[in-house]
Amino acid sequence: MSRRISYREAMREALREALQADQRVFLMGEDVGRYGGTYAVSKGLLEEFGPQRIRDTPLSELGFVGAGVGAALGGMRPIVEVMTVNFSLLALDAIVNTAAMLRHMSGGQFSVPLVIRMATGAGRQVAAQHSNSFEGWYAHVPGLRVLAPASVEDARGMLRAALADPDPVLIFEHAQLYNSEGELPDGAPPVVDICSAAVRRDGTDVSLITHGGCLPKALRAAEELAALGISAEVLDLRVLRPLDDATIMASVRKCRRAVVVDEAWRAGSLAAEVMARIMEQAFFDLDAPLARVCSEEVPIPYARHLEEAALPQVSRIVAAVQSLMGASP
Amino acid sequence: MIDFKLPSLGADMEEGTLLQWHVKPGDTVQRGQVVAVVDTSKAAVDVEIWHDGVLAELLVQPGDKVPVGTVLARLLEPGEAAPALAAVPAQPVAAAPVVAAVLPEVKAAVPPQAPPTRHPVSPSARRRAGELGIDPDGVTGTGAQGSVTLADIEAAARARPAPTPAAAAAAAAPAAAPDRQAQMRKAIAAAMGRSKREIPHYYLAETIPMQAATAWLQQHNEGLPVTQRMLPAVLLLKAVALALRRTPELNGFYRDGRFQASVPVHAGVAISLRGGGLVAPAIHDIAAKPLDQLMRELTDLVKRARAGSLRSSEMSDPTITVTNLGDQGAETVFGVIYPPQVALVGFGSILARPWVQDGEVRALPTVRATLAADHRASDGHRGALFLVELRELLQRPQSLAQAFTMPQDQPGATP
Repeated sequence: MSRRISYREAMREALREALQADQRVFLMGEDVGRYGGTYAVSKGLLEEFGPQRIRDTPLSELGFVGAGVGAALGGMRPIVEVMTVNFSLLALDAIVNTAAMLRHMSGGQFSVPLVIRMATGAGRQVAAQHSNSFEGWYAHVPGLRVLAPASVEDARGMLRAALADPDPVLIFEHAQLYNSEGELPDGAPPVVDICSAAVRRDGTDVSLITHGGCLPKALRAAEELAALGISAEVLDLRVLRPLDDATIMASVRKCRRAVVVDEAWRAGSLAAEVMARIMEQAFFDLDAPLARVCSEEVPIPYARHLEEAALPQVSRIVAAVQSLMGASP
Repeated sequence: MIDFKLPSLGADMEEGTLLQWHVKPGDTVQRGQVVAVVDTSKAAVDVEIWHDGVLAELLVQPGDKVPVGTVLARLLEPGEAAPALAAVPAQPVAAAPVVAAVLPEVKAAVPPQAPPTRHPVSPSARRRAGELGIDPDGVTGTGAQGSVTLADIEAAARARPAPTPAAAAAAAAPAAAPDRQAQMRKAIAAAMGRSKREIPHYYLAETIPMQAATAWLQQHNEGLPVTQRMLPAVLLLKAVALALRRTPELNGFYRDGRFQASVPVHAGVAISLRGGGLVAPAIHDIAAKPLDQLMRELTDLVKRARAGSLRSSEMSDPTITVTNLGDQGAETVFGVIYPPQVALVGFGSILARPWVQDGEVRALPTVRATLAADHRASDGHRGALFLVELRELLQRPQSLAQAFTMPQDQPGATP
């Protein structure tokens, strides 16, 4: 038997399980306690676990992410929620220069078992400063593991694996996914890995490589392409660092064509990295130039029609695939 | 506007190669200034300009060879406006610096050089084309930006007869030797790979006493100079061709999902090359030719194969292949069929072996004949009939010598 559950509820269940399982785990961030989380993920946890373990912080990302690093060094298992990736830029030093590098800088003496959760992405008309997709930036940094749960199963299962990792793990939750729903089996929570990509739909003609909030768009595009007689495989990267080259290449070698779908800007992006790896490892298997569907190179607009025009959409994915298949534009 | 032409730099100079420009569009030049270096084939010569002005455009690029008198560049006289600017009405005559400023526009008016035309071929299509020995530049592309895709190559491969190693080798003949060998190896790999992928081979073997045949040969060759002696290979070839009259389903091609029999027997003779690799060019109409002629043709074919001067017909149309290891030692050879042929007959070396004859064991010359055949075109029973017929024919060498006409009307009729 299975039950239907939202991504938000799955994430909350994962937090509750972690808090119950290990006294060293605590949740810290802006509005995570009394307000229940900006995206209502931690709603009810303050009442259940108390203010020692569900801690509201001042609006100071550098301060509380730094405190999380310190707590992790001190033996705790902190889960730090940064409200959105946009604000994490204030905490870059703590994340990149400190959390990611302390193991190296200490000659392996210290590890930072810190989990940082952030919402990412656009599509809710919250304008440029609240609509960025910077997960690819973090995927640039050795010492970090970067996760992008796109399914309810991953929302439910990835946190446990992240907490078990002795090094810092960032979890990017696309804000558009919180209301998405999926089936979870009853009983024990799903066990998922945090090292591999996953094929979400089998296909033979083109591999749509994506993650996070673009996964539902890629799946809908695959649906439309099927009606056009094109069999699209949909690959969910799941883990943005380290990238699962083997699964990516297996899919590309099978389909011989690939379109990378990524809500970030294209220049210097994760999409660019994926394409570069394909060129390095699967060039001779390609039957068409690689393509990508990314956001337009503009700050994400506020106006709905402009925002829609700036972001990857199903129609653009379909058009990109068609042009790879030799259809005239 | 002043034309700056390639001057004659000596009475015998008809043309020159521009090596280098010292100036670029927009530069102000003065009479006597060295603006370019031109190779006259005797020397590199600095070329001076004989007008003051502003360089408007360079018409000849470094590396271009042009006749004397060719306009190398155009320059504007001091105070002259560029044509693009002059065309704009009510524009005051521009001074030189302004002219220089609009020069990019002048340059832009020149149609951009077309990018080097290259037939786009996808990486996987190019690799597959190499495997199949297809020139991708001759294939029409249906993919992105008109590119040739894997499917296009495979469609092209289906639309033509299978490449034989010989054909690929001949195509590569002008190339350097190591390259040719690499190409040949590739062609063999493609043809043999395809054969083993597509053709359900079955194999049969038969030991054939060669006492009569070798005795006949010995008699025939007696007193003949070495160069004119007949080799057992000729008898074997002839016997194969005659035996095929009983089993025509071994002679021909398997194409488009069905077998097409061939009336004449053009046996491809596998010839190993000294540098490695092999070719299997055909001796045509074997059944219809006397043994002496076959011997001459075989000698000629081997010689030409090793010299790399085969004719296209010899390479394109063998209807069956015969591989004869002859004196190279192995007893038995199980061949790989050359697609789209449907059979390959192999002969090991002729050796004295114990043989039971009239209830006694004797040492007799024998040869192991094998048949590798395409099960889509024939069955083992028919293949066995062929080997039995082959055996019987080789017991009557004189009949091989006599039979050189073939009933053309009923090639498949069982006698």
